[in-house]
Amino acid sequence: MVFEKVKEILMEKTDKDASEITMETSFSDLGIDSLDIVEMSMDLEDAFGIELEVDEKLATVGDLVKKIEELKA
Amino acid sequence: MSFTILGTGMYAPEKIVTNDDLSHLVDTNDEWIRKRVGVVTRRISVNETTSEMGVKAAKAALENAGVLPEELDLILAATVSGEDRSPSVACMIQNALGVSCAAYDINAACSAFLFLMETAAGYFARKKVKKVLLVGAERLSGIVDWTDRSTCVIFGDGAGAVVLGEGNNYLDSVIHVHGGDEVIKIPSFGGTSPFYERETPAPYIFMNGQETFRYAVNSICTDITELLENNHLSMDDIDYIVPHQANVRIIDFAAKKLKVSPEKFVVNIDRYGNTSSASIPMALDELNRSGKLKRGDKIVFTAFGGGLASAASLVIW
Repeated sequence: MVFEKVKEILMEKTDKDASEITMETSFSDLGIDSLDIVEMSMDLEDAFGIELEVDEKLATVGDLVKKIEELKA
Repeated sequence: MSFTILGTGMYAPEKIVTNDDLSHLVDTNDEWIRKRVGVVTRRISVNETTSEMGVKAAKAALENAGVLPEELDLILAATVSGEDRSPSVACMIQNALGVSCAAYDINAACSAFLFLMETAAGYFARKKVKKVLLVGAERLSGIVDWTDRSTCVIFGDGAGAVVLGEGNNYLDSVIHVHGGDEVIKIPSFGGTSPFYERETPAPYIFMNGQETFRYAVNSICTDITELLENNHLSMDDIDYIVPHQANVRIIDFAAKKLKVSPEKFVVNIDRYGNTSSASIPMALDELNRSGKLKRGDKIVFTAFGGGLASAASLVIW
């Protein structure tokens, strides 16, 4: 469910197809900028009721999904 | 008793600097700046000081209001880029207008124009004044690091002013301050004291872009929501939102979160860049002179910036 939400937000920001966004996709490959990342973080905070600090160690979609699942737990 | 806005004015220096011009100074390009900031051109002062630009905006506002300088009871100005630490920009504007009323500056960075309105409202409530001039004036080109591509592409120079008279059209405001210098900071010139042991930072605008973005969007959303709730109004009651012109992405994302059509927001950052305390009165003046405003229209102003300080206010035109 977390992955589906992340994918939905990324599709809106990048015009990529669902098939192009997997757990292994890295943010740099998606061509999103630093403000896209903040916007995505704020959308995810609203969606899951968490506080998500922007962290440069989160390189892939999978890293982000794992982080959100930890915060939700 | 609060006040009514009698007239508006603005001034932007003649020199237009394009994104292509900046691409010759730093590693950047037109597409990057348009997409990330929303600025296409900005005006840059070649030979005018901050207060000289403020005087031109003030004269335009006085003319628009049909008020003579000698009628003014108070001049309040806002700037983070005045040519002198003293005298204040307000004092230099008073001097240039040849008047003798009280004049002083208020520092709340990009939000300052709303703090000027709040302060002026107190004078009107106490019936101490009949005509007040508010000016936001900035020569930010003097305090940006022209080798830093992340900031020098954002800002511009200019001034905006309004003239206020007695009335009941300033309905309400909310102000929030979270003091701290981690997100936005503009160090002063630190001097050359042979006794001072601390390092003195370069006197240029510093911003943490991502944190500024987050703070700005949250401020717009919470300040406007609080303001509307306090006044039992909904977004449908509001005709125009005049935001501080910091970054078009901030405005667009805040509009999305508030579920408001971006058309309700008055935007001119594409032509002037971020002019800090001058941006709201400049945008208001363009709205006024466009002929779209009708008496009775409800306008929400929203601003955020260094301090950190944010504010929103509700005015009937």
